[in-house]
Amino acid sequence: MNTQAEPKSFEFDTEAEALVTAAIAHYPMGKQASAVMPLLDIAQRQMARHTGSAWVPRVAMDVIAKRLGMAPIRVYEVATFYLMYNTKPVGKYHLQVCTTTPCWLRGSDDVVAACKSQAGISEFGETSANGLFTMSEVECLGACVNAPILQINDDYFEDMDGVRTEVLLGDLKAGGALPPAGSTAGRSGSAPATGLTALLPTTEPAE
Amino acid sequence: MLSDKDRIYQNLYGLQDWKLGAAKARGDWDGITEILARGRDAIIEEVKTSGMRGRGGAGFPTGLKWSFMPKQSDGRPSYLVVNADESEPGTCKDRDIIRNEPHKLIEGCLIAGFAMGANTGYIYIRGEYYNEAVRLNAAIAQAYEAGLLGKNAAGSGFDFDLHVHRGAGAYICGEESALLESLEGKKGMPRMKPPFPAAMGVYGCPTTVNNVETIAGIPTILRRGAPWFAALGRPKNSGTKIFCISGHVNTPCNVEEELGIPLKDLIEKYAGGVRGGWDNLQAVIPGGASMPILNKEMCDTILMDFDSLKDVRSGLGSGAVIVMDKSADVIKAIWRLSKFFKHESCGQCTPCREGTGWMMRMMARIVDGQAQLSDIDLLETVTRQVEGHTICAFGDAAAWPIQGLLRAFRPLVEQRVIEAQQRNALAQAAE
Amino acid sequence: MAKVTVDGIEVEVANGASVLQACEAAGKEIPRFCYHERLSIAGNCRMCLVEIEKMPKPVASCGQPVGDGMVIKTDTEMVRKARRGVMEFLLVNHPLDCPICDQGGECDLQDEAVGYGRGYSRYDENKRSVGQADWGPLVKTTMTRCIHCTRCIRFSTEVAGVPELGATARGESMQVGTYVEKALSSELSGNIIDLCPVGALTSKPYAYTARPWELKKTDSVDVFDAVGANIRVDARGAEVLRILPRVNDAVNEEWLGDKSRFAVDGLKRRRLDRPWIRENGKLRAASWEEAFAAIADRLKNVPGERIGAIAGDQCDAESMLALKDMMAALGSANIDCRQDGAALDATRREFYLFNTTIAGIEEADALLIIGSNPRREAPVLNARIRKRWLSGGLAVGLIGEEADLTYGFDYIGGGPESLQALGSFADKLRTAKKPMIILGQGALQRDDGAAVLAAAWALAAQYNMLNVDWHGFNVLHTAAARVGALDLGFVPGTGGKNVAAMLGGGVDVLWLLAADEFETSKIGAETFVIYQGHHGDAGAARADVILPGAAYTEKPGTYVNTEGRAQFGFMAVSPPGDAREDWRILRAISAYIGHALPYDDFAQLRAQLIQTNPIFGEIGEVRRLAGSNLEGPVGNAAAIGTAPFINAVHNYYQTDPISRASPTMAACVAAHYGTQAEAAE
Repeated sequence: MNTQAEPKSFEFDTEAEALVTAAIAHYPMGKQASAVMPLLDIAQRQMARHTGSAWVPRVAMDVIAKRLGMAPIRVYEVATFYLMYNTKPVGKYHLQVCTTTPCWLRGSDDVVAACKSQAGISEFGETSANGLFTMSEVECLGACVNAPILQINDDYFEDMDGVRTEVLLGDLKAGGALPPAGSTAGRSGSAPATGLTALLPTTEPAE
Repeated sequence: MLSDKDRIYQNLYGLQDWKLGAAKARGDWDGITEILARGRDAIIEEVKTSGMRGRGGAGFPTGLKWSFMPKQSDGRPSYLVVNADESEPGTCKDRDIIRNEPHKLIEGCLIAGFAMGANTGYIYIRGEYYNEAVRLNAAIAQAYEAGLLGKNAAGSGFDFDLHVHRGAGAYICGEESALLESLEGKKGMPRMKPPFPAAMGVYGCPTTVNNVETIAGIPTILRRGAPWFAALGRPKNSGTKIFCISGHVNTPCNVEEELGIPLKDLIEKYAGGVRGGWDNLQAVIPGGASMPILNKEMCDTILMDFDSLKDVRSGLGSGAVIVMDKSADVIKAIWRLSKFFKHESCGQCTPCREGTGWMMRMMARIVDGQAQLSDIDLLETVTRQVEGHTICAFGDAAAWPIQGLLRAFRPLVEQRVIEAQQRNALAQAAE
Repeated sequence: MAKVTVDGIEVEVANGASVLQACEAAGKEIPRFCYHERLSIAGNCRMCLVEIEKMPKPVASCGQPVGDGMVIKTDTEMVRKARRGVMEFLLVNHPLDCPICDQGGECDLQDEAVGYGRGYSRYDENKRSVGQADWGPLVKTTMTRCIHCTRCIRFSTEVAGVPELGATARGESMQVGTYVEKALSSELSGNIIDLCPVGALTSKPYAYTARPWELKKTDSVDVFDAVGANIRVDARGAEVLRILPRVNDAVNEEWLGDKSRFAVDGLKRRRLDRPWIRENGKLRAASWEEAFAAIADRLKNVPGERIGAIAGDQCDAESMLALKDMMAALGSANIDCRQDGAALDATRREFYLFNTTIAGIEEADALLIIGSNPRREAPVLNARIRKRWLSGGLAVGLIGEEADLTYGFDYIGGGPESLQALGSFADKLRTAKKPMIILGQGALQRDDGAAVLAAAWALAAQYNMLNVDWHGFNVLHTAAARVGALDLGFVPGTGGKNVAAMLGGGVDVLWLLAADEFETSKIGAETFVIYQGHHGDAGAARADVILPGAAYTEKPGTYVNTEGRAQFGFMAVSPPGDAREDWRILRAISAYIGHALPYDDFAQLRAQLIQTNPIFGEIGEVRRLAGSNLEGPVGNAAAIGTAPFINAVHNYYQTDPISRASPTMAACVAAHYGTQAEAAE
């Protein structure tokens, strides 16, 4: 763990504070522990805003424990059980490559290879020297008919291949912003790429 | 083949607007007040008659499940929880409903909540579906604004609040009791049953957990009538289902079809066929990662419904069809699923915590050519030692893909081991 | 009741009982690792699988409720196969380092492997290994051996109420621990060593010391607080190596405080193992003969009223009776056991007992704590309060120092004025059916102690804590010897002096029976001090003659706990060197000075003790009193002061000569209180 990065203290900022209040309000009185997941997420996003790295330092977990009246260990358990909470810093772009069978059958190995070469990373879990990219291997992202998937931060980039991955990461390295999420092969959602086979345009509305 | 007018999800592909106005134009929320006015019992009866079975994987009759909820509260509130933790490899149908047809889901929640006397609903959506959660929240806000949720929802006199709870990356939270633990702010570790959620679910209160596709289908069933739905599909396997066709097909896609459609038709009519033609098919995983794999011979004739797939010791699961052509290394494909299950085991109970890693490592040795023939039987034994010995069904789910592989492809696995042994022996001799 | 059949045996068990309990009722042993009758059910180890007719899969018997007519089978091929499978999984990642594991010989995994293990491994993969974690001075971790049963997590969360253990990460990467490295801060942490079914958690101070089959096991009673936890003393040769709790549901269930368990290494240090005499201001080693002669010499021509005796906090009743009898023979009524000056009223037993009883706490529905921190003064009793609180419906109020007691409470105030202004807590007491008060020593060790005692009794009377069915007035003692001493009358006789009066030159000769918990500097400069005890602590430092006595493990003896329950501890080892059992010393010196005590052996002494008070004959029993006599102790409730209550125990780990001599306890102080507490000592 990069201990140098562990901040001495953590406090929710004004923007986060509003979200925290709203999150707690979703659960019944006395059941505020339910909000531990949203609060970890809010803390992680605040860290991204402030430091460029989306992660949850331990001091933030302690703040959340106090806020929700939980023992800190219960928050540590939750933060380490779920994969999406980063307990150590990650790069500005968190490349989450799905390599589970449906993506693997459609060429996720090429996406991994492209990520490695473009980001200059040799293993999953590594962060590039410039701090721009961290590459993680993730399990099925639930977009399998658009495989392979590369998730960057919150966005799914679908129907990827090696070349399109290289181009995308090349743009990001050059300072470009993340393009809109979705299919990189130009199809709409989960419809077949070569034209509709159901719900044809001529269809009358139901009933 | 299902006609387009009988498809519940007219905007499955998101070609139209998802918002409330467009949804209403597609028929959503139409006559909702009258539907609710039929009363709890009539709604549950209609759902029972429709033959709707849970679309999440287990296929439990939905109306029956609802009827387990207490008719009279003992002081505890009841909860509806919608399982949108879509994580079964191969499955991506709920995502389409949430992003393209969110109002079907929301309307379904109101109806289900009303039918089971739950004034509060939580939709537990997997954390990776961030953009989908944003859209779902926006749709819920629209519904509140239109008076369709909240106090006196849709003028029914029934109060109903609906919340979205985001997961954070744990497949096990798709198991309903793990999901409830997670909703309570704990690790997603499945609970022992009994007690069942209908008696003691979230916060110790009566709870029903339903899949997104189950709930989102309810409004259309009530609008078009149970007989319409029951007439689709096959006996005891009624209605339509969204299938997710991924892997080695020419045009992977989602499509809503009748239960009981032949697998071959599904692949050829909607997904552009197997790459290189039907005869190039090697194997299909018919119901998401945990369902045992089928070889081509089985695929030639199999019908896609709960009971037909059960008859060949596989299952419909979530309706995710993962296709592999002859170029695929099916052993590696199953090893990757073993890796998935090892990664996603919650670690709570012994056979799963220790068994998933063991199974994955043995599978890896077979893939890497470091196995003995005797390892195959040992592997099979280990799957049997995991299966049926755990708190939840995850242990079974981890065991079945391997059992399926050994059932459908044992000669291939043996051949792989023997060839590797021969190669290793030659290499040693050459040194 | 539900009627079930277990392996053909029909048994009736309560509705809601588990299948495992039904199996036990039928005399069938069910192997288990995660299940523990005093913890919540986890169901995770899967070792307790049984077959139930009409159920397709084997069922975890610990979590399955019985149903009427259920047919259970515990020894079928299905069951054996399932358990063998589970055992194999437990072993695949368990290091087979039994030869160097301290759990060896008392390891559940080892024991069950005999029945369900296969004798060889089919696991060809690499074994998992987990890094060492430091949980502080008491619990040694070898987490590679952990089988993830979560008993330690459930204990710390549920029983101890100090939730600092958890299971982080998941799957085969799941690790039991604190996540952020820290010393366990519960006073009950040692119990997780007993609970751990494998060698993942072992005793750090006891590491690599002995194998269980080398140990001689002796039943005894704990003396580090006034709870009287039942213990087992494990010794090899002359050395006590460890102390473990024994089950007694009425007293300590099966728990033991960390001091009681781990202060044993203090038994080997700073021991008085020979007599000493002070000559020219300096102590020199002496023979028994020389010591006796010096005492006899000094006692010559000293009238009885100029002789006094103080009994210490860990004394057995027998030695105290012998000392009392000898003082009487010398013509002295100057005896006292209240070293701390606590205003305990010995005129009626219920004035100084924990009348509700420890198990009785579980019946209470409101509790007012005055001047006490039960967590530090009696951690095992505190666990009982927490257990009651967790089950719901117990309102707790606190007057005194605010602290984390491991349960919620209404804080009423810091000093005696709050006794008259209970605020909203008054309503909770008023509506309670079985309200109780716990009065700590901190409320009594003060000049207005008698007034506080009277005021607390008056509160008890006012809020219906005293009636024919319920006695809700409780004094929580901190000294193991105190109630026994009061029961045998180790208090000033007619015209006799109490501790304060004996100090400052109040007597010419002062006999300290292992009494170290008062300011010895206040003893008059001319007073001749005889210290009879086992440790070179405060009393010995001031002594003119030192008589080496026995620590609690080195003599048989009776102790009466705070409830008034007499319990007997057997002698585990001999006293070191020339040290002797205390009653023998007193018997010998009494003869030497011409006042021979009328008992020649221990049995005669015990008979005398029982004659003094029959309570001492009722070993293990407690007389639960009714609160029907409302008349209170003599103190004037109006004379109460304003100073806030200060608790009797701040440094839990060092309260007596043994724990102060213990390096382990010193390490605990360093780990938990830092320099702050040392300064406060």
